Amino acid sequence: MNSFLLKRILAIIPVMAIVAIIVFTLIRLVPGDPAAVIAGNMATNEDIARIRTELGLDRGFFAQLGLWSQGLLQGDLGQSFFFKKDVVELIGDRLQPTLSLAFLTLIITVLIAVPLGTLAAWKHGGWLDRALMGFSVLGFSIPVFVLGYLFVYFFALKLDWFPVQGYRPLKDGVGPWLHHLLLPAFTLSIVYVALIARVTRASVAEALTEDYVRTARAKGLPESRVLIKHALANAAVPIVTVIGIGIALLIGGVVVTESVYSIPGLGTLTVDAVLARDFPVIQGVILFFAFLYVMVNLLVDVSYLFLDPRIRY
Amino acid sequence: MNATVKQVLRNGAVRFGLIVLGLLLLLGLFAPVLGTVDPSWLDAINMNQKPMTTADWTGPDNQTAPRTLYMGTDSFGRDIYSRVLYGIRVSLIVGVTVAIVSLLVGTFLGLVAGYFRRVDTILMRVMDGMMAIPGILLAIALVAAWGAQLSTVIIAIAVPEIPRVTRLVRALVLSIREEPYIEAAVSVGTPTWKILLRHVLPNSIAPMVVQGTYVCASAILIEAILSFLGLGLPSEIPTWGNIMAEARVVFSSAPHNMWFPGIFLGLTVLAVNVLGDGLRDTLDPKFNKRGEKR
Amino acid sequence: MSAVLSLRDVCIALPSGADRAFAAEHISFDVDAGEIVCLLGESGSGKSVISFSVMGLLPDNVRVASGEILLDGVNLLTLSREQLRAIRGDDVAMIFQEPMTALNPVMTCGDQLDELLAEHTKLSASERRKKTLAMFESVKLPEPDRVYASYPHQLSGGQRQRIMIAMALILEPKLLIADEPTTALDVTTQAEVLSLIKALQRERGTAVLFITHDMGVVAEIADRVIVLQNGRQVEAGEKAQVLRHPREAYTQMLIASVPGIEPPAERQTHSGKALLTVTDLGKIYSSGGWFQKKRTTEAAKAVTLSLHPGETVGIVGESGSGKSTVARCITRLIDPTTGVMRLGDTRLDGVTRGSLMLARKRIQIIFQDPYRSLDPRQRVGDAIIEGPLNFGVSREAAMARARELMSLVRLSPDVLSRYPNEFSGGQRQRISIARALALDPEVLICDEAVSALDVSVQAQVLKLLEEIQAKLNLAILFITHDLRVAAQICDRVLVMQKGIVVEQGATRDVFMAPQHAYTQRLLASAPGRDFQFATGLSPVAI
Repeated sequence: MNSFLLKRILAIIPVMAIVAIIVFTLIRLVPGDPAAVIAGNMATNEDIARIRTELGLDRGFFAQLGLWSQGLLQGDLGQSFFFKKDVVELIGDRLQPTLSLAFLTLIITVLIAVPLGTLAAWKHGGWLDRALMGFSVLGFSIPVFVLGYLFVYFFALKLDWFPVQGYRPLKDGVGPWLHHLLLPAFTLSIVYVALIARVTRASVAEALTEDYVRTARAKGLPESRVLIKHALANAAVPIVTVIGIGIALLIGGVVVTESVYSIPGLGTLTVDAVLARDFPVIQGVILFFAFLYVMVNLLVDVSYLFLDPRIRY
Repeated sequence: MNATVKQVLRNGAVRFGLIVLGLLLLLGLFAPVLGTVDPSWLDAINMNQKPMTTADWTGPDNQTAPRTLYMGTDSFGRDIYSRVLYGIRVSLIVGVTVAIVSLLVGTFLGLVAGYFRRVDTILMRVMDGMMAIPGILLAIALVAAWGAQLSTVIIAIAVPEIPRVTRLVRALVLSIREEPYIEAAVSVGTPTWKILLRHVLPNSIAPMVVQGTYVCASAILIEAILSFLGLGLPSEIPTWGNIMAEARVVFSSAPHNMWFPGIFLGLTVLAVNVLGDGLRDTLDPKFNKRGEKR
Repeated sequence: MSAVLSLRDVCIALPSGADRAFAAEHISFDVDAGEIVCLLGESGSGKSVISFSVMGLLPDNVRVASGEILLDGVNLLTLSREQLRAIRGDDVAMIFQEPMTALNPVMTCGDQLDELLAEHTKLSASERRKKTLAMFESVKLPEPDRVYASYPHQLSGGQRQRIMIAMALILEPKLLIADEPTTALDVTTQAEVLSLIKALQRERGTAVLFITHDMGVVAEIADRVIVLQNGRQVEAGEKAQVLRHPREAYTQMLIASVPGIEPPAERQTHSGKALLTVTDLGKIYSSGGWFQKKRTTEAAKAVTLSLHPGETVGIVGESGSGKSTVARCITRLIDPTTGVMRLGDTRLDGVTRGSLMLARKRIQIIFQDPYRSLDPRQRVGDAIIEGPLNFGVSREAAMARARELMSLVRLSPDVLSRYPNEFSGGQRQRISIARALALDPEVLICDEAVSALDVSVQAQVLKLLEEIQAKLNLAILFITHDLRVAAQICDRVLVMQKGIVVEQGATRDVFMAPQHAYTQRLLASAPGRDFQFATGLSPVAI
């Protein structure tokens, strides 16, 4: 078990190194003189020269990479041009809304998707199954921002159940926090539910064709036990895996959802940074999200140890 | 092969997808003769018109004539009907091109990784790294670096899809190369490149085509998201995302500006996804087998 | 004495669109207490469907169309789902073919019995545990406490099947249904499990419905036999009656197809210069690396063999004995770790794969699984000519040769343009033979080439191989786990255990007077070894 964990933790290093290299290379992709492009039209030559030095663009690729990763290892993501702040500080400020939204979405999703998918697999071909499959195709197809505006239109503008947009931090109380967050989280959860319900359905349906399910039925166990203790327990690994991989989808959705609901989180920060061509912030946010993704998937790997006794490498 | 095509075409989902996409394609191709005007033309007098109003419209030729504005106009006075129809072109071009680019690159990398163990480790680490960055973010960052044009948007959306295709093809190759028929080919002296082309590739086509449709659907969505966030193609280019980005400003007074492009976008992606599901059901024998068993 | 289980004119309907209307038709038989009744049939005979119908576990689209299934006089078909569920596991229990997949991999073995007891009894948790451990003792599982807390993958195949048996018998069911319970097991394990089932059944007076395709197993365990073919009941009777004096042609054909365990006396000996020589062949697999201990497995060790033109040499052994490793090393599908291999004067080892081309042509191999050894997307003709094309033969010439080969393996040359999915398992294996012969090899390696086939088809393919060998003077290396097949087809045999050749010699010598303890145990385990089957019958011509 320890060697499994150690292996997984060590595997993070090359992945994050490659992420860092990709992120670092980004600025170098800017055609022409990156410094001039970043500085914008209004910049003077001194501005451009200053930016060039700050970004280390006056040095060679590897010298610059070395310098940059040195900073990175000390937790220094550089300075934002636009916000005139440390990128790390900036990310810290915007963390709570984003994590709140992502976490709430995750909970809503799992609570809806896993039971639905399991039941659909059990009644394979029944009305629930067909409805769920139809819903999941729709969920994959309707863009999250269209959905967001649909919900805003009905639940905020017409029914006035939820605020149209905005965010209230947790320190204002759980009530207002939840009130502002429920509609965005629900919006974001649709595509995620579609994904996870679909995988749950497929995995449980496959488990239900396995011999051990036949054995369980031959033992005269009630269907509920067959379904949960035998089929679902064996389908858990692919389901959890997809929850982990789906984090990438979730993060992408967070960026869009925050924009629709004007939530001052990392997604809004990203969009603002791109519009301002504030590369240190863009790089910082990508690195942070990639790290989040990798850590969640490390947790998923660890969960395998509890879900499947066969995994002990 | 012909029998396979026939069998595929008999599938209801495939038919639905193909018919809807065919109609969209025709609408996009024949947009100029379907009563549209130049989609970037603005008539400042007719701003924020409601759908189906008939108004005196001054066209690009400076002639003023009554015109029915099927989907109304936006806050600049541009004809939304025209913009939506021309928007089909951008979406379909982006979707199909991204699918083709990422499939070609991903298939090549996947074949290499699956068959040559030495390249595999390094290549797959790089792919893992790319997969750790959420696709939309990577696309956003690439567009931010390159600047937004059709070509850069297509490449920016294709790049994050490549590792997914690579992984799929690699997994297919790894499972196919364990098949006894590959060993049989080895023992009758077939060289590796021929085995890849003649045995491995034909047996991976079906899942790859299915994957291609999903890539296409997600590319159309991501292009729309980029435009919607104001990070994609310049706003004068009629894309569904751009129309909706402008609709945000006047959403409470003119929500239909959001719905028309939204419906087209949703329907297009739905058609591609349904087509993909239909193809998977008919082409992927593993799935079929499971269906029969039950 | 009234029967425990009684089937009265049972018909089981398949969904429309299946290859036939009924999976089983007009099936009637009884199983009495303390009796073992074997349902014997080849694939597609409907034997498993019948057993599932008794359990009420038929798939949704398959149903009992008519007839009665009586358990102790109660018609199971009239019971509600809940009533049936109460009976399952309690009054009727079942053992399945593949103990690895039939046990839940994420639940401990103890828990899997415990949930059964919890469902059907009112015992307390500690009583349940005591009862389970006692049952583990009676199925002769070592260290019951450790087994209780083990997951299925931590046990051996034989131990897993003992868990299944313990689970089936712990509630002392009136009826036990055993569906090919030993088919997935090695022959020595099979013998142990069969004797265990028999002992427990005798002790408890359980009625047993035993489903199998294996005539040897029938001879070993049955009291009465019911022979099935394509869903119809062909013949039924006492074991000795059916196996020694079969009335029906189909039964006669089946029995005639079973290779005898005693090798024929007449076997020519081959001397002179060997065509293929293998000296001190070894293969070590290593796994692990950076972060964990390196694990090495010695799959084959110091294997030495020789093969003459026209000779058939068998390698027999159980799973994991290394017999397939040897075959794959000789064909260089994998690279041997040590040893020298020569084909005539050509070295096969040490040379690069490129310079191996010409030797490849001279050694061909046929694999076990007929469904996976042909590329599903390649026409049969293209598969056969692929080899010759690689060696520069023109397409026309290769195709003409392919047509000849199809006649040689008794298939119509007209089917060359078809895809593999249009052929049955036996036909596919013939196509594989044709593909191998297309390169005019001198050595043919058959890696369990008939093991996946029904016994009647197996007999045909074996006959075909012998004919071809005689015609082409082929040297055949025949890898098999099936002692009966080896007895009939091999001139000489090597017996392998854990990577080592423990014994070798002329087939008759090895089979009639085995020297090594393992060979003795292996032969003693062959089911139905001491049973005299009907003789003088002939298998139906190809």
